[in-house]
Amino acid sequence: MSHQTLQTIWFILIAILWIGFFFLEGFDFGVGMLLPFLGKTDEERRAIINTIGSVWDGNEVWLLTAGGATFAAFPHWYATMFSGFYLALFLLLVGLILRGVSFEYRSKNPDPKWRNRFDWMIFTGSLLPSVLLGTAFANLLRGVPIDQSMTYTGNLFTLLNPYGLLGGLTTTAVFLLHGANFLSLKLDGKLREEARAAAGKIWGVAVVLYILLAIFTYISGYWARGMVNPGIAPITALVVLLAAGYTIRQKMEGWSFALVALNIVLTQVTFFSLMFPNVMISSLNPAWNLTIYNASSSQYTLTVMSIVALIFVPIVLAYQGWTYYMFRKRISTDKKSLVY
Amino acid sequence: MDSTTLLLSRWQFGLTTVFHWLFVPLTLGLGWFVAYMQTRYYQTRDETYRKMAKFWGKLYLINFAVGVVTGIVQEFQFGMNWSGYSRFVGDIFGAPLAIEALLAFFMESTFLGVWIFGEGRVPEKVHLASIWLAALGSNLSAIWILIANGWMQHPVGYVINEVTGRAEMTDFFAVIGNPKAWIFIWHTLADGFAMASFIIMGISAWHLLRKQYVDVYKRSFQMAALVGTIASVLVFLGGHTMGQYMYESQPMKFAAIEAHWETSAPADFSILTIGDLSGKREVWSIRFPAVLSFLACNNFSCEVKGVNELQAEYEAKYGPGDYIPLMVVTYWTFRIMMTIGFIMIAVAAWALYETLRKPDFENAKWFKWLPFWAISLPYLANISGWVLTEMGRQPWIVYGLLKVQDAVSPNLTPLELWISLIGYTAIYGTLAVVMFGLMKKYATAGPDLAMHESVDVAPAFAGADD
Ligand code: HDD
Ligand code: HEM
Ligand code: HEM
Repeated sequence: MSHQTLQTIWFILIAILWIGFFFLEGFDFGVGMLLPFLGKTDEERRAIINTIGSVWDGNEVWLLTAGGATFAAFPHWYATMFSGFYLALFLLLVGLILRGVSFEYRSKNPDPKWRNRFDWMIFTGSLLPSVLLGTAFANLLRGVPIDQSMTYTGNLFTLLNPYGLLGGLTTTAVFLLHGANFLSLKLDGKLREEARAAAGKIWGVAVVLYILLAIFTYISGYWARGMVNPGIAPITALVVLLAAGYTIRQKMEGWSFALVALNIVLTQVTFFSLMFPNVMISSLNPAWNLTIYNASSSQYTLTVMSIVALIFVPIVLAYQGWTYYMFRKRISTDKKSLVY
Repeated sequence: MDSTTLLLSRWQFGLTTVFHWLFVPLTLGLGWFVAYMQTRYYQTRDETYRKMAKFWGKLYLINFAVGVVTGIVQEFQFGMNWSGYSRFVGDIFGAPLAIEALLAFFMESTFLGVWIFGEGRVPEKVHLASIWLAALGSNLSAIWILIANGWMQHPVGYVINEVTGRAEMTDFFAVIGNPKAWIFIWHTLADGFAMASFIIMGISAWHLLRKQYVDVYKRSFQMAALVGTIASVLVFLGGHTMGQYMYESQPMKFAAIEAHWETSAPADFSILTIGDLSGKREVWSIRFPAVLSFLACNNFSCEVKGVNELQAEYEAKYGPGDYIPLMVVTYWTFRIMMTIGFIMIAVAAWALYETLRKPDFENAKWFKWLPFWAISLPYLANISGWVLTEMGRQPWIVYGLLKVQDAVSPNLTPLELWISLIGYTAIYGTLAVVMFGLMKKYATAGPDLAMHESVDVAPAFAGADD
């Protein structure tokens, strides 16, 4: 295959990894943020954690794989973005560290104070990455100061502009909604009702933020950055988000979850379409943009990696899907059915 | 870029990686033990095996949690702190890293999830298979990261692109078949088994001394003594092979670990060498004649090049500069690791011999202190081994191709680095304390706590109603 075809394929593959990550870890983060509010007793909190207990680490690996694949396929993108967003990523890592250990360690001591502390760490560790990822992605579309040598010349505060922050808030709201839907799908009894009620409340906020973000994107011209027209993706994304309001009210839990999931996927599709073929946009000079052509690895590496991906991605998808199927039963707060 | 950011980046990388590595070998080895114990329970329905699997499985998970969260930092750090490096090697180094995530991390995390949450929910066979797959996943992850590291130590299968100045992969199979990497893998996977064996022996001895859960810990101890002996010998054999390969592929590192200043044939092995303050000249030493030649090439007469000659050679080849690693560090870390290696073989073999000879080995005098204190040995050897490997590579980040000073991210400021360095140190420090406390709690509580975890539920939260 030609080098250009491979570069396009890898752009799409990395987009898929990010989509998978936002879709899966999106509800994980949402669940983590809702945990201290929805769970009143220890059993309730445990039940909430158990909805994602067996899958959160696997979901997080989507992020690691996205990082690793970017490193292998577009080394300059990896180098510029990761060194550029240094402190933002540091905070993201802090969040992921707090969250990861808390899932495992909170049950290791029955003292309510101990457990409460870890629950708040799960909350923080879910909130930080949601805000930061949203902010980072919005900034990618907005453009960040990158000089001729592909070096980021800003700092953390460069990212904290209104558009970036709106991106962060919107992402967080959508993740919260996604998490609430997931909980109403996975839990039983009183918690299931409460999760659905929460979804109803969050929905309004998410819709308002989402529309604001769409308008901001359109007016400021971030719309016309790439070469691919996202077509009906953004409109559909908005429509399904609106429709979710209806299904939540009608207690159609499966539909609500699917619709918000679709919104996340289509939003990402829109994002990557708007970027293509850029991977990082320079706010200083369009000639200094990182594109899939000037940021990629050699044809040989891309070929090797394509073969590896072709073999292993289906296998991974198969067994990850299988675990969701294995653990499809609803979780109740009945003591005997909880896993600590 | 100024030298402060370079220095801070190096400290940060060293600190976070050493910390990550404190937990990894135990995960590597203990996973196999737990899988084996659970399999024995499956086959024999012997409750002792079930308790063993539960107990060691709990410790495995507590340790695993820290390995995972510190591992995520590793994955990001190359881009964050070493963007020059990432641009230069992405073609080659990125590939095993991405494959590691795709092949190993997914497997490890998914099946571990099934194992933790699946008991009684998935068929028993599936539950058993999941622990084997999780253990396999960890070890595969080690293999891929060591292939990546092996390439930095000994680059193969690449060309330097004249136009872009980047390294590009020309032969994937050469990269994954890199002999340096495979000796690393041998030494490291064996080291995982050794680490787990020493932990098991130490904790088992602690309980046996208190005469509690004798069936569980006696069997654990015997198992670990056997595996520990074999593994320690394999670690040594791998290490010896590494030394010989190092003599060929990284002669400067080889000379530096021996404080071997002047070329000689045959070369002597240093027992103790004191250098002058510059670290560049010898003041006093005791040496074994010709042993170094034997270590390097299995005969007593071959020539081993000295640091000074190599420095001159490198200057001629790569231009002016200091090509000598920090010798105090390489010299001593090597000696610590090697000495411990021999002690570990002795300890494990002695324990094995005694368990075979005496059914009541737990009443012997040595048993009161030796197995417990021996837990520290693999940890010390591990840290030393890696510090030697990584610092002995200086000033190169990719041996012979890229220097560390050209690898660091040019946009970072000292302030940013101080924030992250202090942040990581604080978090890792806290993490270490919490994790050590939990390890201690679960290790000393015995299998009952691990078996009845789910019963131990707290009542409602004070103040959670608001
Ligand atoms: C329990 C841990 C342990 C023990 C007992 C030993 N080692 Fe080791 N050694 C390591 C754990 C380790 C390691 C896992 O830390 C390293 C770092 C890189 C690697 O792959 O293994 C290592 C590296 C390492 C290197 C550096 C390789 C390089 O940079 O190219 C050498 C030459 C040796 N070892 C040799 C030995 C010898 C001769 C031993 C004598 C018995 C020995 N090791 C015991
Ligand atoms: C196998 C995967 C590993 C890779 C790819 C790797 C890579 C690197 C890189 C990129 C650096 C920074 C540049 C430099 O200073 O040379 C470094 C330094 C370092 N690494 Fe590793 N490393 C690995 C494993 C380890 C482990 C397991 C340890 C310790 C337990 C370790 C200890 C260190 C130390 C102490 C430094 C600082 C050396 C110095 O700056 O002088 N490394 N390594
Ligand atoms: C410096 C380079 C390294 C990188 C980039 C790295 C990356 C990672 C990451 C991202 C994880 C988390 C995986 C998860 O979420 O399941 C992890 C865990 C792990 N890493 Fe590393 N790692 C490095 C060094 C090493 C080395 C040198 C080894 C082994 C030889 C190793 C072996 C493991 C293992 C076995 C785990 C499983 C979790 C545990 O440790 O308990 N890593 N690593």
